[in-house]
Amino acid sequence: MNVKREKVNGSMVLFVQEERIDAHNSADFKELMLQLLEQGETDLVVQLQSVRFIDSSGLGALLAGLKNATAKSGKFTLTNIQPQVLSMFELTRLNRVFEIYPNLQDVFASDQ
Amino acid sequence: MTGTDLQVEVIIPTQTRYLELIGSIGEHIGKELDSFQGDRDALAYHLNLVLTEATTNAIKHSNFNDPKDTVKITIHICENELIIRVYDHGQGFDLESVPTPDFEHPKEGGMGIYFIRTLMDSVSYRKMKEANVLEIRKFLT
Repeated sequence: MNVKREKVNGSMVLFVQEERIDAHNSADFKELMLQLLEQGETDLVVQLQSVRFIDSSGLGALLAGLKNATAKSGKFTLTNIQPQVLSMFELTRLNRVFEIYPNLQDVFASDQ
Repeated sequence: MTGTDLQVEVIIPTQTRYLELIGSIGEHIGKELDSFQGDRDALAYHLNLVLTEATTNAIKHSNFNDPKDTVKITIHICENELIIRVYDHGQGFDLESVPTPDFEHPKEGGMGIYFIRTLMDSVSYRKMKEANVLEIRKFLT
């Protein structure tokens, strides 16, 4: 799983550099998020600009990230979701569960 | 692609690295389906997703004791219907017992079959002697 990490305004931003999140790479992705949360990075922002396909296991990995961050009283935010990927969140009503922003600027503006 | 019949058959090892290949075949078919009156980009994504979910399911239910086990996927377009069949050699599972996800209390698993049921027109699973088959149908009108 190719993910670029960058600390921005105190948040750990994960730039997912994959076109697909599916059952082939979602377990690695989940593992990475849980490791970071375990290491004390409890403010995670997942930037999904490059992702043009997500399956149920990819949604499940993000849900695991959200649940673990919430359990640690942390934050878990998604940004830059492509329209077809967003429609999968809508179909499963997960768009009501996640905090979703159009871009990184809006994430940090919401913290002000 | 016009109204001509199309038949695709792919056999893969039971490894998730091949999901992208299978999904992209569905995506290409969806995009080229000139006879489809609806949103072809949406259909392309849905076929990619349904093939990915069905193949993942077959790999999960495959026979792990046999390293040479395979999953066969066929895609057939005949007149106004698209039929996907995914064959596995595992123990099989009871499709009817797979519940609809609880959207108020979302869980990590159980969304794959929901996607197939929601995005396609019918789905069935039959246990047969040689292989089990998940059959998915989508009307293209």
